[in-house]
Amino acid sequence: MNKIHYREWGIESPRYWGLLAVLAAIVGVGGFATLYMEHEGHWVTGMTNQIVWGTPHVFAIFLIVAASGALNVASIGSVFGQKMYKPLARLSGLMAITLLVGGLIVLVLDLGQPSRLIVAMTTYNFKSIFAWNIYLYVGFMAIVAVYLFTMMERKANRFSHGVGVFAFVWRLALTTGTGSIFGFLVARQGYDAAIMAPMFIIMSFAYGLALYLLVLMFTFDSDERPLGDAVLRRLKNLLGVFVAAVFYFTVVYHLTNLYGTENHAFEAFILRDGGVYTWTFWIGWVLLGMLAPMGILFHPALGMQRGSIAIAALLVVLGGLSAIYVIVIGGQAFPLNMFPGHTIIESGYFDGVNGVARHYSPSLPEFLLGIGGFALALLVTFIGVRLLQFLPTSLADDVADTQQAK
Amino acid sequence: MSQPTNQQRRAFLAEVTGVAAATVVAPGVLLQSVANAAPRDTAVTDDVRYGMLIDTTKCADGCSDCVSACDKENGLDLMEKPEGASDELWEMQRPRWIRQVKLRNNLTGRVTSLPMMCQHCEKPPCVDVCPTGASFRRADGIVMVDRHTCIGCRYCMMACPYNARSFIHENVQLKTTATPRGKGCVESCNLCVQRRDNGGTTTACQDACKHGAIVFGDLKDPNSAVSQAMAKYPTVQIRADLQLNTGVRYTDV
Repeated sequence: MNKIHYREWGIESPRYWGLLAVLAAIVGVGGFATLYMEHEGHWVTGMTNQIVWGTPHVFAIFLIVAASGALNVASIGSVFGQKMYKPLARLSGLMAITLLVGGLIVLVLDLGQPSRLIVAMTTYNFKSIFAWNIYLYVGFMAIVAVYLFTMMERKANRFSHGVGVFAFVWRLALTTGTGSIFGFLVARQGYDAAIMAPMFIIMSFAYGLALYLLVLMFTFDSDERPLGDAVLRRLKNLLGVFVAAVFYFTVVYHLTNLYGTENHAFEAFILRDGGVYTWTFWIGWVLLGMLAPMGILFHPALGMQRGSIAIAALLVVLGGLSAIYVIVIGGQAFPLNMFPGHTIIESGYFDGVNGVARHYSPSLPEFLLGIGGFALALLVTFIGVRLLQFLPTSLADDVADTQQAK
Repeated sequence: MSQPTNQQRRAFLAEVTGVAAATVVAPGVLLQSVANAAPRDTAVTDDVRYGMLIDTTKCADGCSDCVSACDKENGLDLMEKPEGASDELWEMQRPRWIRQVKLRNNLTGRVTSLPMMCQHCEKPPCVDVCPTGASFRRADGIVMVDRHTCIGCRYCMMACPYNARSFIHENVQLKTTATPRGKGCVESCNLCVQRRDNGGTTTACQDACKHGAIVFGDLKDPNSAVSQAMAKYPTVQIRADLQLNTGVRYTDV
């Protein structure tokens, strides 16, 4: 009998509390950075009236995108009936919520008026995708919480499939909403593309799974729970396929842009002349974020080693942050094309004189706020797995095989 | 002995109640009468649409009178660089409602100078994307920000095709009564809305332009100066491809 058993994360107390203390300290530093920025105003950040969304948005959007992707593991189990993924589902649901919380906190704390969050929750303009996103994000958390309940409460198990399907559809809508934040910006050369929504969905698959894999490997390894090759191989192959899909979307996005003359200047900026954005694109997004992980994950020898799988997942996360950086900051740094057929030769307010990009240097407080969001997501995840039965006691090959055979 | 005391207490209570009532009600009555006295007690209607024509042939290279006038009118000149801020960064962070731009035609090399500001679109992207509806368009065509409901998300700034909006990056020490502002909100040219609501017929930039390059008025009134000028000259919208039907038009771009 190989019934799946779940048990609270059982690492020794000093190690557990030590881990929480480190994460709480990072959250605290992020909190202080926020207080500083809110007290002084955004002038202490690198953000300006030209680069209005800075580093906090990069972290926030990454975490929000990864949150919906983290749920995929659960969806594959209950929506697509892959039995092997069933024992992995609870952690998947938990991370979907915690990553979203981490991302939203960063987003909200970077508002000019975070104390007016109540206004955002009560006054809506439904033509704004932001307003929709408030419902999509909050709804997502509620639905995934119910989904977790149906998975963890035996009497509610029979609803799990239905709720899982609903959660899956909802997460597709959510990431479409996040991608559409950029897709709907008609005025900017780098955005205004319908491909943004599906590209964000596929990015979420990859980034969410990469973070999931890292947390799974860490929690199992530290608690000496067996994590068999069968499960790991399945997950790492899936990650490889998702990264390949991100690669495909990246290629299509830029090729489509390159076809239209009106986007040539933007493409030249990102792909060739954009300095830090060009480097981040090629080294971060493409090389470290896609080619290197694919090379590792599909390599006959490297792809079998746990250490290299973890490195590949870490690279996907770094590549993801690079990708969002290029999209968010690079997209703003490229000057608005206000006068087609003309070159701006003088401007009283940074209109991209002679096509020069807008300036942005990330500041430390912004970075600390972003990292704080990451730490908060992990902190809540680790508290969750310690208090409740999210983790299966074993994912050894025989357990996984039995599940698969069911 | 007890009778007079009771009467005194009653009198005292009555007095206190009266004073309290006066304290609470009087300012309301006073404010009410002040509000009623102002011409802004009637709702703005779409019988008018305010707009502008910028005649770039008259806009002088190197002149920034409109910018200075706007700064003064709207208290932008009262904004001070925060202590410790770098000059370079502050220039990018300080609010600016109108700016001078000089363009060169890539084919012909012809150079044009013009002021850029909020174009007061009929279908403003900033209004579309604002999650709370703080970014709004008045019935008379003025696009502006409700500072009470702006949460400072800056999505409108991402959406504006004209780089027309500013975010208040610092604590505000001084401001004019007509243009209140606070840290963490977004703002932009509102066609001197305080003048509109108090019966004024011009904008600060228009008044300041000694070359007569800026004509402001009601686009719906065929006899207004701006309508007459627009009928006379060929005009263009900036980023006409976006079909936003801007309220600010330019000649000779």
